[in-house]
Amino acid sequence: MRQRSLIAITAALAAGALTLTACGSRDSGDKGSDSGSGTTVTIGVDAPLTGDLSALGLGIKNSVDLAVKQANKKKYVSGVTFKIEAKDDQAQPSSGQANASAFVSDSSVYGVVGPLNSSVAQSMQKVFDDAKLVEVSPANTNPALTQGDNWQTSKSRPYKSYFRTATTDAIQGPYAAQYVYNTAKLTKAFIIDDKKTYGAGLAATFTGEFKKLGGKVVGTEHINPDSKDYSAVVTKVKNSGATVVYYGGEYPQAGPLSKQLKAAGAKIPLVGGDGIYADDYIKLAGTAAAGDMATSVGAPVETLASAKEFVDNYKAGGYSEAYGAYGGYSYDSAWAIIEAVKKVVDDNGGKLPSDARAKITAAVQNVSFDGVTGKVSFDEYGDATNKQLTVYKVDGGAWKAATSGTYTPSS
Amino acid sequence: MNELPQQLVNGLLLGSMYGLVAIGYTMVYGIVQLINFAHGEIFMTGAFGALTVYAYVLPGGTSMWIALPLMLVGAIIVAVLVAVGAERFAYRPLRTAPRLAPLITAIGLSLALQQAVWAWYPEAKSARTFPTIPGGPFNIGNVTIQTGDIFLVVVAPLSMAFLAYFVMRTRTGRGMQATAQDPDTAKLMGVNTDRIIVIAFALGAAFAAIGGVAYGLKYGQIDFKMGFLLGLKAFTAAVLGGIGNIYGAMLGGLVLGVAEALSTAYISDIPGMDKFGSQSWADVWAFVLLILVLLFRPQGLLGERVADRA
Repeated sequence: MRQRSLIAITAALAAGALTLTACGSRDSGDKGSDSGSGTTVTIGVDAPLTGDLSALGLGIKNSVDLAVKQANKKKYVSGVTFKIEAKDDQAQPSSGQANASAFVSDSSVYGVVGPLNSSVAQSMQKVFDDAKLVEVSPANTNPALTQGDNWQTSKSRPYKSYFRTATTDAIQGPYAAQYVYNTAKLTKAFIIDDKKTYGAGLAATFTGEFKKLGGKVVGTEHINPDSKDYSAVVTKVKNSGATVVYYGGEYPQAGPLSKQLKAAGAKIPLVGGDGIYADDYIKLAGTAAAGDMATSVGAPVETLASAKEFVDNYKAGGYSEAYGAYGGYSYDSAWAIIEAVKKVVDDNGGKLPSDARAKITAAVQNVSFDGVTGKVSFDEYGDATNKQLTVYKVDGGAWKAATSGTYTPSS
Repeated sequence: MNELPQQLVNGLLLGSMYGLVAIGYTMVYGIVQLINFAHGEIFMTGAFGALTVYAYVLPGGTSMWIALPLMLVGAIIVAVLVAVGAERFAYRPLRTAPRLAPLITAIGLSLALQQAVWAWYPEAKSARTFPTIPGGPFNIGNVTIQTGDIFLVVVAPLSMAFLAYFVMRTRTGRGMQATAQDPDTAKLMGVNTDRIIVIAFALGAAFAAIGGVAYGLKYGQIDFKMGFLLGLKAFTAAVLGGIGNIYGAMLGGLVLGVAEALSTAYISDIPGMDKFGSQSWADVWAFVLLILVLLFRPQGLLGERVADRA
């Protein structure tokens, strides 16, 4: 009896599930047919739209939205209407992979902008590459994503469909080390990271260059990103005699860390990468943030002539969140896909070919245009050819650009 | 410079916060044998209750010395309402159900409370800044105590003393002891066990709310996920000290906090162990300690060997 009712329930559930999937497929069928008048190309966006990192993620989403609206307004690709489909990865690799699969199965998606986190990108690359769907990240900085796990010794590109407009840790960490040692004249560093792909990678490249320059690493520490209590760590830093703390990680942890560091009496600057270059960092650290530094990719968006239009349009767009550290890069990433779609459509007599995804991926490799952040084009690994970096410093409660330049390896 | 005194203070401060939250786990378990996994979220709603009072009830710029007692009251009211509501609508209907049912309800409630705060509290989708007490840190020898921690230093022992008095000396407190020992006999003796259970939930929630305010003052920010990890640690503290024993909860919290601080500070100095000494390993060492204690004293540090009714 008991078993029979179990079977009945299972059958009912299965029937329900089938009905639901049937609904789902009918819906997407409808969508396909009403695009007969003009083709709709969806650009996917994957970023953390909720949680700690949502300030950066929403900036990415809004900037892509702006790019798509601009392209539609200008009728940039005739016969093609762009739209965006944003998915939330909550900065979790597992959510990112699920989103990637969903994008692949949606046949109207021809390119994806995202994700924010290098660790999330690692889980998505293969899914996109198998489907030959192009992915352009505005923010991933881990060198291994484009140059393979052994990027320090032998570079080889693991996935042909992955591109990024951001520069890598291989450049960002050493650039910070050179600034800290040569310009700020701070020679004793305490290195802290959060053990994530991004943070650990950045900390390692900083350490390498800092030692090469003659700096002394007086201690290393790894923190647990879920905890907000760093009292034991800051006590160690204080007693180590360090004159600077380099933190590989993101602002939700870096802000409280800087605050607790200064409160404990260690009045030394915290230096980090683009992951702490966010207004929320200053909000979380409070007055303790004064003098802290961050490197970020590219020249300051506000100072580039090409960026003025973007900033003005963003303001006019009425988005409630700031474009953040990656807004310009997200806009350029979306435009790289739009340019590629245009090339493919033009080559095919005004229509999308049947193997459009593969053709668009190939076309992204060869794009070259003047974007918000400078010239946008990709090298043989899928990395941005633009290697501009900027050091920002907290001054009067806001990030101010301290110096900007390109990285040259020290000999 | 010798950092041992500072690390001990760091650990004791963290531990007293664990202890305040652990009391709620241990009291509820002692009386209804339920591990209330939503307790971490009650701690979180308490902190948000305090923030609500500060940000939306009081006029801007109110001095912290006036605001803090009112925030504490707000925190306790919100946390107690949530806990009593949870008891009435989620746990009481399941009191005679198999033990797994209320446990799973507790986990579900924990997620529901997190998501409710995330969805409906203004701007709670990322961390919200919590007001802090002005004034510089205090130095005693080479030990620095932050202004926000003064609250913990004062409030944690006071709360503990109050709880001990309440449970040992008052009529209701004795009723709680009686219900914990044998609910059916207590009922026969005229103890209103339903009321006692509600009081246990409410008291636990009040202590969690105090812990929530302490968390906000200490770290200057609160978020909807803050109760998850801290709740887990507090539960560990309760088990470490002997679940069901209120002094055990406080002691377990202190031991856990000190263990985390010392393992962060010193394990990496042991030759060959530098990979296992960082703060990200502190949780591992805390749980190693828990396993060791439970191996040799399965009833926890202060627990009494009782016939297992669970």
